[in-house]
Amino acid sequence: MEAILAVTVGIFFAVSIYLMLSKHIIRILLGVAIFGNAVNLTIFTTGRVVREVPPIIPEGVTVPPGITANPLPQALILTAIVISFSFFAFLLVLAFRTYQELGTDDTDGMRVAEPKGEELPPLGY
Amino acid sequence: MRTLIFRTTAPYLASLMVLFSIFVLLRGHNEPGGGFIGGLIAASAFAIYGIACGVPSVRRALYFHPMAISGFGLLLSASSGILSLFQQVPFLTGIWTTVDVLGVPVDLSTVMAFDIGVYLVVVGSITSIALTLEEREDV
Amino acid sequence: MAAEGQWLTFLALILPFLGAAVAPLLTRVLKHNAAWVLALIPAFLFFHFAGFLELVSQGQAVAGGYPWVESLNLDFSWYLDGLSLTFILLISGIGILIVLYSGGYLKGHPQQGRFFSFILMFMGAMQGLVAADSFLMLFVFWELTSIASFLLIGFDHKREAARRAALQALVVTGGGGLALLAGLILIAQVTGVHSLSMLLSTGDTLRQAPLYLAVLLLVLGGAFTKSAQFPLHFWLPNAMEAPTPVSAYLHSATMVKAGVYLLMRLNPVIGGTPIWETVLPIFGGTTLIVGTLLALRQTDLKLMLAYTTVASLGLLVMLTGFGSEIAIAAAVLYLIAHSMFKGALFMVAGIIDHETGTRDITQLGGIGRAMPVTFGAAVLAAFSMGGLPPTFGVLAKEEIYAGLVDGTWAALLTAVAIVGNALMFTIGFAVALKPFLGDRVETPRPPHEGPALLWIGPAVLSLAGLLTALLSSLSHQFLSSPMASAVAGEQVSVSISVVPHFGLPLFLSLVTIALGLVFYLAIGRGRNVMAAVLTAIGWGPDRGFDQLYRGVVRIAAIVTGIIQNGRLDFYMTATFLALAVALLVPMIGFNELPAMPTFASLYFYEWTVLAIAFIGLGAVIYARNRLTAIVSLGIQGFAVALLFMLLGAPDLSFTQFMVETLSVVILALVMTRLRLSPADHRPLGQKMLDCSVAVLCGVALGLLLLRVSQVPFDAALSDFFAANSRVIAHGRNIVNVIIVDFRGLDTLGEITVVMVTGLAILALVRIRAGKPAANKDA
Repeated sequence: MEAILAVTVGIFFAVSIYLMLSKHIIRILLGVAIFGNAVNLTIFTTGRVVREVPPIIPEGVTVPPGITANPLPQALILTAIVISFSFFAFLLVLAFRTYQELGTDDTDGMRVAEPKGEELPPLGY
Repeated sequence: MRTLIFRTTAPYLASLMVLFSIFVLLRGHNEPGGGFIGGLIAASAFAIYGIACGVPSVRRALYFHPMAISGFGLLLSASSGILSLFQQVPFLTGIWTTVDVLGVPVDLSTVMAFDIGVYLVVVGSITSIALTLEEREDV
Repeated sequence: MAAEGQWLTFLALILPFLGAAVAPLLTRVLKHNAAWVLALIPAFLFFHFAGFLELVSQGQAVAGGYPWVESLNLDFSWYLDGLSLTFILLISGIGILIVLYSGGYLKGHPQQGRFFSFILMFMGAMQGLVAADSFLMLFVFWELTSIASFLLIGFDHKREAARRAALQALVVTGGGGLALLAGLILIAQVTGVHSLSMLLSTGDTLRQAPLYLAVLLLVLGGAFTKSAQFPLHFWLPNAMEAPTPVSAYLHSATMVKAGVYLLMRLNPVIGGTPIWETVLPIFGGTTLIVGTLLALRQTDLKLMLAYTTVASLGLLVMLTGFGSEIAIAAAVLYLIAHSMFKGALFMVAGIIDHETGTRDITQLGGIGRAMPVTFGAAVLAAFSMGGLPPTFGVLAKEEIYAGLVDGTWAALLTAVAIVGNALMFTIGFAVALKPFLGDRVETPRPPHEGPALLWIGPAVLSLAGLLTALLSSLSHQFLSSPMASAVAGEQVSVSISVVPHFGLPLFLSLVTIALGLVFYLAIGRGRNVMAAVLTAIGWGPDRGFDQLYRGVVRIAAIVTGIIQNGRLDFYMTATFLALAVALLVPMIGFNELPAMPTFASLYFYEWTVLAIAFIGLGAVIYARNRLTAIVSLGIQGFAVALLFMLLGAPDLSFTQFMVETLSVVILALVMTRLRLSPADHRPLGQKMLDCSVAVLCGVALGLLLLRVSQVPFDAALSDFFAANSRVIAHGRNIVNVIIVDFRGLDTLGEITVVMVTGLAILALVRIRAGKPAANKDA
């Protein structure tokens, strides 16, 4: 099962990185969204997987009676999903605002912070 | 998007979702659920309401600014941890007590307050994000 | 020693820094008279540490300190033997005079308070440096002296020359400090001790260590930069940009001797080896000759003195490297003598500058009648510098010749010393006589005697040079002998006195004086010759520093241009290529590739979910319009949610569903406004390149995950949560219990992040809302 998930994760990463290498900000954003899923699946897989046994203790006992899914990666991923969503939203707004200000969605046109042909810093003391 | 049917049903749908979100929040300690999920459900409810009936009516319905709700949630979560300091246990250690409400024993805990705080932060922040983006539609 | 004394010594060590903090306020109230109050600080230090003289002259050392981080062997500790104590007395003694002198010299200067502050800061650093026992303290104070020197040289920071000189001094001496740090760390590694006092008892350990050469070179790197040895001497003359009190204090009497101090301090443990006895005399001797020759070239009084300081430091290094007992005694005597006469002469140069408006020796003459006290002090100091009786300088010179006559390369080094000393004689008297005697030359301001605050310093220092020589038995008992013993690492008794005793040293002294007189008469011609030679050479380390500095800026600009070229796709490609290489190379290099996995058979619905995910991914890549892209993104997200559901993670599944829904909603909201096509516009070649990078990363990460899942799983943490979730935390949903209870602090941080992004988004949008109004104003 882990082996198949590993292959899946590899494909997720490849697709998201391919999208992020684009110069178009929308495609980069799509890549970021998929990247989040890929990372979450990675964490999930490293904690090993079992089928269909949620980590919930049944009523009336103090410890889980049999093997359950590993709760720790789940707890980590749960918060990660929410955070990656809020960051995705932030990036989206950032991209949108950039588009409004600069009028381009091409990253080659976004040279405010690092303009082309910057002068040498002063050579004096 | 603003079809008549959608606009008519959206308030009911939204209130049902908010109700459901609170249910999910409260049962979270024992069954699948919890503050994060509950918060997301409630936030979607407000987002739907906003799309259907416009952002101003959501803001009216919420009464407080969403970020204020979020801030209150963070305050609640953080202060639920401070309570443990009075019992000489580390910050955020869970403290439990049982209160009798009309003959029914109800478990109260700082952990629950913490989870409610998480719920409020998620509801507030995500609703704020969604409403901000929707507002653009109206401009 | 008594706890009370320990407390007092600690106070003495930090007092200058406290003084530095109050000096500006005090100066605001008292103006230049604050000098009288602030001079109490070095006076207290002087008398406090003078109290240890009795003990130290009996061969004992005063040690003390407070621990700080014991597990790292870091503490604040001091160790005062003859060497440290003599240095401290010089620092605090001359410090008193310098503080007073600064009061007069910078009288009425708007920044005088700042100046006092820096001078006291330097005093504390220098004192801490020579008192330090632990390596940590030694290094910290070493660098503090560099920083204080930077501040003082750049005191007049509105002039570019001052800024350049300050930066130059900081780069050279600070860089040397880093070499010293490396050296100290190596010493600690080799010997296992972390303090000088313990190091001194390790005997030959360091000399016999395989890393000896490295240690030596690093320590020399620190010492030679600080003590301005050729070819790193250039910063010292440039440091004359500083106000004269600074030149007198830092760049003659104290700071530049820190390098010599270091060599002397470590002489018992790293000195005495063939390489030590080769490198030090070569560099020292070269510096001596080069320094005096360059001094000959100058016409500025301060620069003449600065180059002779370089020369004197060379002489000290040469003597320290020579290694014999008498040579060490000579070094000690010369160091003490030099601090006194050079300090005095610098202050004299400052007075001349202050009262006449120039310090160009060719523009000065016949002012002696107007400034008798200054003249007297100058002549007395010049006597010491030229090695004439009855001053302390003569003791030093006799001992130098006595020390050099026997030993390897004796003839050569003696010749070097004679020429060097003769030239110093010449320059000393040129500075002390030329401006005062002869015909009156018109100066920018009519010369007159400076106020007491000014002449008190040089007068006291030159008289001290006389008194210490006349009472030579006392000064030897309390200063020279304990210091020489500490340097040599064994009992050394210095006994030389001003009474002439016939022998080779006396003869050599006479030769020196004769030679000096010849040079004095030919000083004008010598200056022309040197000027011509220097013009012919053209390039010097000083110019080299400029070239280095500009080169660094240019190279930095070029490198920045290449690495940070402002193209996001370039950054991304580089990052992901590096990621792939970092993952794949170790895996292949260490033969850690995962074994061929066995693919468990999946149920039909599991295949379906995976297939949906892949279809979603593919559709995102090939989407030609916005709606397809958004929907496809949603599809792969929902597939992941289904996957979580199938693998026993209902909480994750719900959360993922909600998040994907919201993502689709906000994406739709934004993208409908953007009216942008998500379609790919890259040329085919670029696509192929990006595709291969992406595939490489995907393969690397997939292999890594495979490899990870093939190592045995440590379930300790998960088992703990499963076992205690119900028992301790009263919750049956283990995931939720981990989030809100076991890892509550983590969650607290995470919801803070969520809230901050909410605020950030709000702010981003609000900026836009405010903008049209701003435009209207414009």
